[in-house]
Amino acid sequence: MSVLRNGAVTAGVIGLLWAFVIAVTVAVTLSFASGLGFRPGALGCVILGVGGGLALIYLRAVPFLLAGFVAVSVVLMFTPLSPMQFTEGVPLGWQLLSVVAFGVFTLWPMRVMLVEAHPGDLTRHAFEDAVIRFLTGFGYIVFTAAVLIPFYVMVMTSLKSQQALLKNPLDFSIDLSRGLDLFRSYFELFGQFNFGSYLWTSFYVSVLTVLITLAFSVPGAYAVARLRFKGRAAFSRSILLIYMVPMIVLALPIYIAFSMTGLRNTIPGLLMIYPVTTIPVALYMLQGYFRGLPGEVEEAGLMDGLSRLQVIWKITLPLSLPAMVSVSLYVFMIAWNEFLLAFMLLDDPSKFTLTRGVAMLNSSEIPRQHLMAGAVIATVPIMALFLGLERFMTKGLTAGSVKG
Amino acid sequence: MTASTPPTTRGALERREARLAWSLLFPTIAIVSLVIILPLLSIFWISFKPVGLADLRPVAPVIRESLRSSGDDFRIEYRVRNSSQQKEVRGLTLTDTIPAGVTLGALPQVCALTGDTLFCDFGDVPGGFNERVRIPVTLDGDPEVLEDIVEGSEPTATGSGDNILTNAEFTLDNFARIFDSKEFLSVLWATVFYTVVGTIGALVIGLFAALLLNKEFAGKGVLRGLYLFPYVSPIIAVAFTWVTLFDPFSGSLNALLIQMGVVEAPINFFGQRPLALIMVTVFEIWRYFPLSFLFILARMQSIDTDMYEAADMDGASPFQKFWYLSLPMLLGILSVLFLLRFIWTFNKFDDIFLLTGGNAGTRTLTVNVYEQAFAISNIGAGAAVAVVVFATLLVFSVFFFKYISQEEGL
Repeated sequence: MSVLRNGAVTAGVIGLLWAFVIAVTVAVTLSFASGLGFRPGALGCVILGVGGGLALIYLRAVPFLLAGFVAVSVVLMFTPLSPMQFTEGVPLGWQLLSVVAFGVFTLWPMRVMLVEAHPGDLTRHAFEDAVIRFLTGFGYIVFTAAVLIPFYVMVMTSLKSQQALLKNPLDFSIDLSRGLDLFRSYFELFGQFNFGSYLWTSFYVSVLTVLITLAFSVPGAYAVARLRFKGRAAFSRSILLIYMVPMIVLALPIYIAFSMTGLRNTIPGLLMIYPVTTIPVALYMLQGYFRGLPGEVEEAGLMDGLSRLQVIWKITLPLSLPAMVSVSLYVFMIAWNEFLLAFMLLDDPSKFTLTRGVAMLNSSEIPRQHLMAGAVIATVPIMALFLGLERFMTKGLTAGSVKG
Repeated sequence: MTASTPPTTRGALERREARLAWSLLFPTIAIVSLVIILPLLSIFWISFKPVGLADLRPVAPVIRESLRSSGDDFRIEYRVRNSSQQKEVRGLTLTDTIPAGVTLGALPQVCALTGDTLFCDFGDVPGGFNERVRIPVTLDGDPEVLEDIVEGSEPTATGSGDNILTNAEFTLDNFARIFDSKEFLSVLWATVFYTVVGTIGALVIGLFAALLLNKEFAGKGVLRGLYLFPYVSPIIAVAFTWVTLFDPFSGSLNALLIQMGVVEAPINFFGQRPLALIMVTVFEIWRYFPLSFLFILARMQSIDTDMYEAADMDGASPFQKFWYLSLPMLLGILSVLFLLRFIWTFNKFDDIFLLTGGNAGTRTLTVNVYEQAFAISNIGAGAAVAVVVFATLLVFSVFFFKYISQEEGL
């Protein structure tokens, strides 16, 4: 431990690890962007990482160092000690780009990581600070990559042609000369696969689910939050209990009942089930919010001769508008993303919701890019809603506890 | 005059308030009992029944009527069929109105004509019953028009079959089948692994993500939104994207690994034991870390900064501050999240179903419900698994309520 806490050792080790992280990141990024073969070069990373780390703590002239570091990286590129290795056929321009990116992204953040490090023994504080800064940088890269790569692959695959995909699964470069033909999968989904109608079905099913859920849960939440009655605590608890019933356990008897009554393959049948799965969540979220509202305003309303229902309509609801937006968004998201019930209860392609339509595309006869285009179509509306109203959405997610 | 004493019974106002409360709650209670409580109870009933997927089609008579001719002789033909191959239909009868212009000839023994109403009684018919009743007729008018009229008047049929779901036949076979099979242990193992590792993984990764974002810097809002993507997007989209990404033949990730020289041959990530189970667990962590991240971050930001300043004064190192200050403050939310996520991971069905379909050792209890009921077409066995799932959950929820009531806010 005490050896590690020596400034030079700390700088060397962090430099080495960080150089590897950046080399892998640059290689993966450029491979995904161009389809060409990039690989981190182990020896080059060791030399440049350790050297860069040591140089940083001994010579503090950062702009000069940065230029020098990039220059050394470029020179090493022409030797077997290159920090990046290339398969045959990578143009010189790409090679230069990768090595310069490696140089810049290695040294620049390392300067921040080693800001408290210096030659000689480090205090515990300075040492841990350097480690934490390294882990933070590492964390940003790993999390961002883990989240972004699947979505990047989803969008890019939907724009490729089948042959291009099979030829090189790594090549996600976009051939702009294809023009509108890039969106061919989308045209085919909307043209031949009826996705326009699925989009509309999903939309109105989700909106109706939100409305029905609110109609049931607002009075219920108000009763639980404001009125005194026997069994109030027990009721609050049983709401939570209903959260915990697994959907598949319910789906089986519902499938049986719907098969026998002919409600399968009907949208009203779906609309009987969807709101019930969301009412407990909505009720729980809303009653929490109602409790936080000042009771005096409502009492004043009662004094002035409003009935309870008028109080709810004229005072409580306008006051809880932000909560209503959060709850609506959250319920909309659940209904829009719902897959299991739609999958089990709908067989008739004319009545599919969007998620059921995408599930239909998962067959060996339908090319992958169609499936990915379907996934994009299902994701984009909910993402747009989420990004536009993120403040409400995150609030809704946290208030709605952890329904997944 | 009676002396004034405090009321011993509930007052009128109090009663009115309770009545209002219940009437506001009534719609919710009604619909929840109809769609959740009733199915749950019926699951228990079905789990003791020998029901297959084919039994869901009701046992009933099916009748088709047609007017046929051979040369100048016309006849009405009723085709009477039992929809089931096994079960008998009891008291099968047929009633039809004979339109004007059609005169019936010799009637078969089972039929009788009163006025213009034809009535045939077949009694109890066995499964697979399929008979044609031919009645010669003389037509008075254009045969084409009369054919439409005759075939337009639908005959009504009565007769009821034994419904397996409502009769008194019970069996323990379903439970014997699911507990006996060698599969059960593997299902149990997959469930335990997926639930425990998935829950803890999502919590730990969420904690790391929250630590990363628990400071002010440019682009924090963007990153926070980005890290919620996996949770917000539809399961079907992200699950299929993962399948595409990890595909052994055309998957980008395999291509990348081969190109980097990490592996020699493509890996079938979702198709081989035990890798498939690890992969679905990783997917679970990937998809649900945003949720723990969001909660932990919210709790972190409500921790008073004075405490950290005091610790700085005392010379605490960053790791010490995390271990001795942050972590104890987060313990409450972490335990609540653990319990909730544990239950919901245990309940999860869609993810595994879409990623592997329950193959390659990834069949958890919930996937087994579907597998038994629909893939093997044994509804009864599926219901039995569902009962096992539900019983396990009841045990969890006892724990849940014991601990969650200590934590306010959730």
